[in-house]
Amino acid sequence: MAYVAVTGGREAIEQSLKLLKIFRESGEDIAISCIMENMGLLIDKIMSEAGFYSREYAALALKQCEGSVEEAVFLLRAYRSTLPRNYYSNVVDTSGMRLIRRISAAFKDIPGGQILGPTYDYSHRLLDFSLMDEEKKRETVGADAEESGGNESGEDIYCGRVTDLLREEGVMAEAEEDNTEPFDVTSNLLTFPAPRSARLQTFARSDAGFLGGVAYSSMRGYGAVHPTVSELRCGYLEICVPYVLDEEDEICIGEILVTEVEALVPSHTETDEEFEKMTLSGGYGLIFGRNENKAIAMSIADASLETKGDSPSQDEEFVLTHGDCLEMSGFISHLKLPHYVTFQSSLDRVRAKGGEE
Amino acid sequence: MIDAKHYNFAFLDEGSKREIRRSILKAVAIPGYQVPFGSRELPIGRGWGTGGIQITLSIIGKEDILKVIDQGNDDSVNAVNIKKLVGECTDVEVTTDSEEATIIQSRHRIPEIPMRNDQILVLQVPTPEPLRIVEPKESVTKQMHAEAEYSGMWLSLFEDLTQYGKISISSEYPVMVEDRYVMNPSPIPRYDNWKLNDSETLYLFGAGREKKIYAIPPHTKVVSMCFEDVPFRTEDFEGKHCRLCGATGVYLDELIDEATGEKVYECNDTGFCKKRRMRGKNSMQTENMQRGE
Repeated sequence: MAYVAVTGGREAIEQSLKLLKIFRESGEDIAISCIMENMGLLIDKIMSEAGFYSREYAALALKQCEGSVEEAVFLLRAYRSTLPRNYYSNVVDTSGMRLIRRISAAFKDIPGGQILGPTYDYSHRLLDFSLMDEEKKRETVGADAEESGGNESGEDIYCGRVTDLLREEGVMAEAEEDNTEPFDVTSNLLTFPAPRSARLQTFARSDAGFLGGVAYSSMRGYGAVHPTVSELRCGYLEICVPYVLDEEDEICIGEILVTEVEALVPSHTETDEEFEKMTLSGGYGLIFGRNENKAIAMSIADASLETKGDSPSQDEEFVLTHGDCLEMSGFISHLKLPHYVTFQSSLDRVRAKGGEE
Repeated sequence: MIDAKHYNFAFLDEGSKREIRRSILKAVAIPGYQVPFGSRELPIGRGWGTGGIQITLSIIGKEDILKVIDQGNDDSVNAVNIKKLVGECTDVEVTTDSEEATIIQSRHRIPEIPMRNDQILVLQVPTPEPLRIVEPKESVTKQMHAEAEYSGMWLSLFEDLTQYGKISISSEYPVMVEDRYVMNPSPIPRYDNWKLNDSETLYLFGAGREKKIYAIPPHTKVVSMCFEDVPFRTEDFEGKHCRLCGATGVYLDELIDEATGEKVYECNDTGFCKKRRMRGKNSMQTENMQRGE
C-alpha cells in the first residue's frame, strides 16, 4: 500500500508487519533445534558478531528474521541490553581448551600433534546432489559417530601452545603478565589510543566481512602484515565465575566453543648493543564458535595496529570505529528515513544567491 | 505491552538506566560538552534515534506523557515506531499536543510552541561532533575541545564565504555554548537554533551510535557561530504561509499541489498546525452560536 509522504505512518507500519509475516511464514515451519543442528557455522557467526553466546537464542533470532545475519545480530544485541550483569567471569587460560581441532602452519610437527578436526579446507566444493534427499543417509553417519565417540580414542584432548616453545627458545618476546582490569567496550565509549583489551573485544564482535577486508588489505600491501599462523585451535573452554560466599572459590557456569589464533610476524626489540635484536611478535584472535577466517583476520588486524604507517589497517581509530555490524547497518539504513526538514534547509542554501547576506 | 516476564519497565535493565542518567547529569553540569556513555543496543536501528530513545527510556516514569516527532511530524513512520516501542515497554500515555507532553522526543525539529521548564526535549543526534567537518579523528577533536581550539571551525565558515559568498551550512549549524564549547545542535534547521538560547526548557541530546550525550540546561547562552559583519541567517519563508492553518513565521514544508502543479506550503510542525485548526474551528463555532446559528 502507498503511504503519502510520512503521514498514515501507523497504518502503513501495521500493514508492512503483516506482509512481513506472510513472507516469513510461507512454506514449511522450521524447528529451532533443526536450525541449531544444521546451521552451526551460521549460528557461530551470529553469536560472534552479537557478542552473545547462546546457540538457542541465535537460532530463534534466525528463525524470526528469515535468516538475515544482520537482523539476527540486531535481535540478539537488543536482547542483550535487557539483561542485568550479575557477574564478570574469571580469567580463562586457553591452554586448558578441550580441543576438536588444532593446526600449526609454522611447524611440520608440533608436540601433541596436528589435529585436523572438522574443516572444509580439504573438501572439494562440489554441489552434492545426494543431499537433496538426505534422510536415509544421515542415520548411518550418526551411527558411525556414536561408535567412534567423536575421535578415535574417545578421550578429551588438551595441548600446550606452540608459542610457549618459541618463548622458551627466546625467539619470541616474553609477554608480560598484564592484570589491569580489561576495558569493557560494551559499556564505555572507546577512546584513542585504545587499550589492547578494547581492540581485541572490538575485533571479536566486528563484522566478519569488514575484518576480513582489513586483514586482506594489510596482507596485499596496504600495510605490512603477512603472518605465519603459529597455531589455530578450536575447542571448548570452561567459563567460571567467582563464588559469592568464598572469593577463592569459583563456580563453573558452562562451556563455550571458540576458535583461537596466534599469528607470528617478524619484529625487533631495541638493545644496548650495536644492532637491534630481531624477534617474533604475535597477533591474537579469539572468536566465538568455529570461525576460523575471522579469527585469523583478527590476529592480522591486531598485529597490523602494532605497525606504523598510513594504511587503513594501521589506523586504529579507522578500523575500530567502522567494523560493527549493528552500527554500520543502522546508519546506512537510516537513510531510508524521511529527511525533508534538512533537505528543505539545504534547498534554502542552494537557492540563496551568494553575496546577498 | 511487551511481555513483562522477559522485559523490564522501559526495556533496559535498571543498572543501565542508572548509568545513562549519571551521564545525563554530567552533561547538564557541563553545557555543550559531549559526555561519553556506554550506549546500549536497542530493538530499533542504530542511527534511527537510539541515543534519544535511551535518554527517554532512562528518564521516563509511569506518570510521564510522551510525544514523539520525526521531521516535525507525529505520524511519521519513525515517530510512530519509537512511540510504539516506548509505549509497549512503559505503558505511559502518549500525545501529539506539545503542551500536554512532559517528555518530547524529536528528530530534527524543536516544536513551534515554546516549551516550559517542567518539560524536557530529547533530541536524536546522528553526528554529535561539530568539528567532524574539519577533523575526522576523534582523538584530535577531543583535544581541540579541551583546548577550545576552534580556529579550524572559524576558518571553514570563512572559506565558505570566500567560495560561495554565503555560509553553506544548512542544518545542524554549529553553536557556541556559554562561550566555551562548540556544539552541534543535531540536524535541526537553522530556523530552530535561536530556541536553544536562554530557553525555559532542558534540552538533552543523545547519539546512540556515536555513544555521546550532551545537554543545554535552561537559561544557557547559546550563540550560532557567525561573523560581526555577516549575520547568522535562518531559512527564509517570507511571504509564504501554511495552506491549512494560515500560519506565517513558522518552519514550512514545501509541497507540490498535485491538481495545479503549484508550489504550496504547510506547517512542518503538524501538532502545532492541528492545534491551530482545532482552535480556529472552536472559535468559529462559538461565534456561530453567538449569532444563533
